[in-house]
Amino acid sequence: MKKLTNYLSFLLCILLLAAAACPVSAEANADGYDPDTLSYSNSVDWNKFRGTNTSINVYNWGEYIAVDDGEEGAFDVNAAFEELTGITVNYTNFASNEELYAKLKSGGAAYDIIIPSDYMIARLISEGMLEKLNFDNIPNFALIDDNYKNPDYDPTNEYSVPYTWGTVGIVYNTTLVDPEDDVNTWNILWSEKYAKDILMFSNSRDAFAIALKRLGYSFNTTDEAELQAAAESLKEQKLMVQAYVMDEIFDKMGGGEAALAPYYAGDAITMIDDNPDLAWAVPVEGVNLFIDAICIPRGAANKDAAEMYINFLCETLVALKNCEYIGYSTPHAEAYLYLSDDLKSNPIAYPSDEVIQNSETFTALPSDTTRLIDTLWTSILSNTSTNPYLAMILMFVAIVLSLGINVWRRQRKKQKMYESMN
Amino acid sequence: MTSKSKFLAAPYLLWMIIFIVIPLALIVVFAFTTTVYTDLEGNLLSNEEFDELRIEYDNFYDMADNELPYKKQTVFTLTHIMEVSNYVPVLLNSVWLAIIATAICLLIGYPLAYLISRMRYGFQKLMLMMVMLPMWMNFLLRTYAWMTLLERNGWINKLLGLVGIGPFDMINTQGAVVLGMVYNYLPYMILPLYSIMTKIDNRTIEAAQDLGANSLRVFSKVVLPLSMPGVASGITMVFVPSVSTFIISRMLGGGTNMLIGDLIDLQFLGNAYNPNLGSAISLVLLVFILLCMSITNQLNNEDNMDGGMLL
Amino acid sequence: MKKLSSKLYMALVFGFLYIPIFVLIINSFNASKSRTVWTGFTFDWYKKLFNNEVILNSLVNTLIIAVIASVIATILGTAAAIGIFNMKRMTKSLIINITYLPIINPEIVTGVSLMLLFVFLNIDLGVVTLVLAHITFCVPYVILNVLPKLHQMNRHLYEAAMDLGCNPMQAFFKVIIPEIMPGIITGFLMSITYSIDDFVISYFTHGATSQTLPITIFSMTRRKVSPEVNALSAIIFVVILVVLLIMNIREIRAGKERGDV
Repeated sequence: MKKLTNYLSFLLCILLLAAAACPVSAEANADGYDPDTLSYSNSVDWNKFRGTNTSINVYNWGEYIAVDDGEEGAFDVNAAFEELTGITVNYTNFASNEELYAKLKSGGAAYDIIIPSDYMIARLISEGMLEKLNFDNIPNFALIDDNYKNPDYDPTNEYSVPYTWGTVGIVYNTTLVDPEDDVNTWNILWSEKYAKDILMFSNSRDAFAIALKRLGYSFNTTDEAELQAAAESLKEQKLMVQAYVMDEIFDKMGGGEAALAPYYAGDAITMIDDNPDLAWAVPVEGVNLFIDAICIPRGAANKDAAEMYINFLCETLVALKNCEYIGYSTPHAEAYLYLSDDLKSNPIAYPSDEVIQNSETFTALPSDTTRLIDTLWTSILSNTSTNPYLAMILMFVAIVLSLGINVWRRQRKKQKMYESMN
Repeated sequence: MTSKSKFLAAPYLLWMIIFIVIPLALIVVFAFTTTVYTDLEGNLLSNEEFDELRIEYDNFYDMADNELPYKKQTVFTLTHIMEVSNYVPVLLNSVWLAIIATAICLLIGYPLAYLISRMRYGFQKLMLMMVMLPMWMNFLLRTYAWMTLLERNGWINKLLGLVGIGPFDMINTQGAVVLGMVYNYLPYMILPLYSIMTKIDNRTIEAAQDLGANSLRVFSKVVLPLSMPGVASGITMVFVPSVSTFIISRMLGGGTNMLIGDLIDLQFLGNAYNPNLGSAISLVLLVFILLCMSITNQLNNEDNMDGGMLL
Repeated sequence: MKKLSSKLYMALVFGFLYIPIFVLIINSFNASKSRTVWTGFTFDWYKKLFNNEVILNSLVNTLIIAVIASVIATILGTAAAIGIFNMKRMTKSLIINITYLPIINPEIVTGVSLMLLFVFLNIDLGVVTLVLAHITFCVPYVILNVLPKLHQMNRHLYEAAMDLGCNPMQAFFKVIIPEIMPGIITGFLMSITYSIDDFVISYFTHGATSQTLPITIFSMTRRKVSPEVNALSAIIFVVILVVLLIMNIREIRAGKERGDV
């Protein structure tokens, strides 16, 4: 019987998917904005680089741009940009802000466009790793909602153009989580009842944020004792965690492998679309409100072309297609107007003022604090020891062992030779 | 050949120095140094003081190198090497899992290699091809396929579900990591074993049997000693990649069982950027492996230094 | 009885080796995007594969890099092997020991060290660094395959050729190279295989413009491997199966003709 319901729910899921794939853009939304009327603006000379064989290297989060997935009305942002401007786009992915930072910091990889989150932008600015943008090349910046201009992470708004925003909450599987349980709290991620059913962020900042909030501290604390306490509670949680993941969550939550996982709202919408068993919960302790923004790393080879790309992403049509596809909330004032009614009223993407009020944004941390978090995080993920001489003792034992065997063998060889001589 | 042909090796020697020797030297240098900032008088700046300076000068945005109010220096330090000690449990865990995986590979691979080596020539080639064929498939995909099999809603649990048992938690365990190692590196055990065993003449075994040795004695006195070099290279070829893997543990271990390879990745391209510590861990791993190798090499009876050891 | 148990044993081991591959192939025909639910048989993924630019581009990248790297590695390695062969015992064993390093070295350490080198030399990570890195780990395999052939070769062949009127160049290309050809070919084939399959070293040395297939697959495994990749691997599997079968049948036939069955 259970098999049958599973099967039926799967069929239902397919039907829903099919319904979702139907062209929704055919008519205007309730406010009278019809996306079909949109086209590219003439804000800049799109043909400036045509025929010059220019290419730009774009480094973005996984699944963070509209691509042609073969469904009706699909829009491929990079292909459209290449067609419009004649600039080639080399597009690659990273999985977390920290990975992006490592890749940039280690040098070598030359990117023209990156899309980090708020706190990472602040860190990159402070380390002189971003270019100041020439906003004359990005006239579409005017279309960004004023609320998202001059943010905390870039107070003078010289380095970044907001791309998306959202909150962090809990994605859970309604068939695996007991309806009696309160999911609207970070505590559920520590619940022994769901041991090995919980997924957790594999990046340090997001993971610490949850632990800190659960203990009633600020995300941006620099207090060592508070961070240590958070680390202790994350160690405690490790027993309950099935896996530390980033984008693997799509696969694992989609396939019903785990019951609970904290993640970003925009991706939650995509996951819920794919698997209707999933639902979204907003913890009462407070959530993280993040903004991801487009930046150009210092020393980019094609800064002008990269600025054209930023301007293109800020085209109303492109911003609209992008946020429809990736599900994240848009800071683009005009694109918001054209959003379908469904998405506009979706509390996951556009949460109530209450939720926003109870949220906190990440700020840049002093380098000592970042270092401490990195060290604590590594020690949470691995079992560490506190004996500073252990490595040397181990090496010493290995060397002695190796030498010992060698000497012993030589002796034996000599002995054998001696025997054979007699 | 004339002694002039020695110079044919010159381009390679240059290559070897640039791409083998210098990179390893860089690892040593990174492991024993750290970057510090001093003010113009040469006084050490703490991170806090440096942050203040940064804010004061607008992150040094448009400043030329000679205008900077600080100096960057690379200094000798032992902190990173000392810090490695914190992660010895990770190293030991990796070594332990790799030993288990190597032992299982040996247990599975030895009989198989022997059976293949006693077949007719045509069959030998065919079987060898069958051993090698999976290696041609991308190892990430093969490991991913194991995820499909082992998952809670995976194929194995579904199959067991039909019989009414399970589901079992198989993925994200140490067992799954060992399984991934055994699966991916088993051919590396079978191939060297086979290439040694195929050289054991059937007549040697028959002679031992004729002289009254039972099969156990034939094995322990003839086959095993003769195949020892194959065992040694098989062990190294499985142990080294197993102990340093980071993908298998991430995909099948769920990131909760961190191995030494994950730790290195974490320091270079992961969530805790610190190439100095990463180099120190790499160095310790490298020295450790070279020592292990010198131990396994003792299994090799003769000094076959060049060639023959691999494949 | 003994025969039967050994057959059963072999079947089990081969089953273990091939189960994941069957999983890949079966999933390449699965209409559902989910890996664990079967909804019907389809060829769609094969059609989509040929429209998937990301996968095709990285496949082309992989092949180009593999061919360039293994050709250079083969030339460099063969020359090196001949040079090393003629060296004095001490220098020879020193160089061979260093040559062993990239093979013995854990891949992650090689990858990390090359990354440090490229950053140190200020070379942008990309196709160039990938080729350099791949040559570096391929050359040892060429050398270690060619050296034994040189040892097996009759030392006087070269002199004989010279006595018969060859100049040194002719003697080299007409006598020595054909003698060690099997070693060169094995070295080349091994290089190309390792280069195509390499993930770890490429992971540390690739840049913004140079995704090889394993790198692309890696970034997919962090989300969801698209079934097009399953289709691609099924195709690769069949192609390699056919190539190996043909090679083996020819070899077995040749072996039979020589009579060493």
